[in-house]
Amino acid sequence: MNIFTLQLIIGALIGIGAGYIGAFMILRRMALVGDALSHVALPGLAVALLFGFNSFLGAFTALFIAIVGIWILERKTNLPSETLVGIFFTTALALGILLTPQPELLEALFGDIGNVAHMDLYITLPIVALVIIILKLISKPLTLSTISKELTQSMSMKIPVNAINFIFLALIAVIVALGIKVTGTLLMGALVIIPAAAARNISRTFSHYAFMSAVLGGITAIAGIAIAYHYNFAPGPLVVLSGGVLFLISLLFKQ
Amino acid sequence: MESDSLILKVDNLAVHLDGQKILHDVSFDLNRGDTVAIVGPNGAGKSVLFRALLSLVPYTGTVTWTKGIKINYIPQRFTIDRDFPLTVREFLQFKTKNHHAILDALRSVGITDEHHINHYLLNQRLGWLSGGQIQRVLIAWAIVDEPDVILFDEPTAGIDVGGEETIYHLIKKLKNEKDLTILIISHDLNVVYKYATSVLCLNKDMICYGTPAEALDPSSLKALYGEATFFTHHHHQK
Repeated sequence: MNIFTLQLIIGALIGIGAGYIGAFMILRRMALVGDALSHVALPGLAVALLFGFNSFLGAFTALFIAIVGIWILERKTNLPSETLVGIFFTTALALGILLTPQPELLEALFGDIGNVAHMDLYITLPIVALVIIILKLISKPLTLSTISKELTQSMSMKIPVNAINFIFLALIAVIVALGIKVTGTLLMGALVIIPAAAARNISRTFSHYAFMSAVLGGITAIAGIAIAYHYNFAPGPLVVLSGGVLFLISLLFKQ
Repeated sequence: MESDSLILKVDNLAVHLDGQKILHDVSFDLNRGDTVAIVGPNGAGKSVLFRALLSLVPYTGTVTWTKGIKINYIPQRFTIDRDFPLTVREFLQFKTKNHHAILDALRSVGITDEHHINHYLLNQRLGWLSGGQIQRVLIAWAIVDEPDVILFDEPTAGIDVGGEETIYHLIKKLKNEKDLTILIISHDLNVVYKYATSVLCLNKDMICYGTPAEALDPSSLKALYGEATFFTHHHHQK
């Protein structure tokens, strides 16, 4: 398999995963949380680079710590988490920029799908598959609690809303950590937000919406990577731009 | 009352949230088939009482439901974005995939035209429905899995006056058809007289509990709504 095919496959997988989880995120009004959250990956990435271990693990660890932080804040306080998220995540970005070795900084910020290896496919494929399966399993309580937390909690079959929230946040951390390979820490937010926003425009039913969000995520990633490869640009920004164009097109078909 | 018809026993229930007393010393029994109206001014803890009965907030005292009782709850202020991509069908299917059960539930809430249901309503986005329609769908949602008890928190909030009347009629009809026990928060004392078998007045403390005619005496009304309240009770009953 040549490097370009590999890029396309890995990019598409990540796009599908990001699109699918993004569908739930924007319904829960977490669009900006997703964006800010991706910045937290940078210090983790930096530590991974400095000590020479897998960058996905580094990014995921940093994100996971942040996610646990949000989850606890959500439960313990009724404060709007926006401000706290804003402070915490931009600080993390600043720290990450300082820590990341200069030569790798651009890649970390804007993605480096250009130098993927077969190993990345073996990591990405099962992880994305697992994320989608778990999301599918918790999709019902997740959607319902988005509409009304009280309605969900009071259902005759007891649904552990807090536990499901935690699983959901952990899955976001996994997808964002993976996606950094494609778009970098600065732009990863777009890969979860834009496909879902476009899918929302063109769907009436929930199942169609979630499906289209995943499909558009995949298309976005493939289009961006292909155009970047053809014209020799950085893929990250082009993936995001492709998403932007898809969103504009979706407006024409608004339900 | 025979003891086997007892469905809920509440003893000395108190709720404190963030160090503030929200509810204090609430005790009452509920029998199968009762319709209990909960009245009280804003901030009296009516919704909190429901949340305590459902164990959604921490409380002291005891709340004992009879074993195996199935309780559904319709919260106040149910709002959904107009462009939230979820159809009425998908919403009802969260409860059951059984199409006949869904049709039955919709019929019970007064939506009887099967053609309309199958070709229009079920494919409609939940967020596109009017306030009254959403309320009916919510009630259908609450009855579709055949509960024993339903808790309604101000079922008519956001519905125009004509609609209000029909929602109460509907609740009464359902209660009779489905052998339901109903707890209902209402701000309208006329409704209480008309539909409730008993009334629980709440103003952080439990002010009264009993049949509407007994419980809502001038002194409890004063404790509920203050000195200046003049409430005239028109007899609506035929």
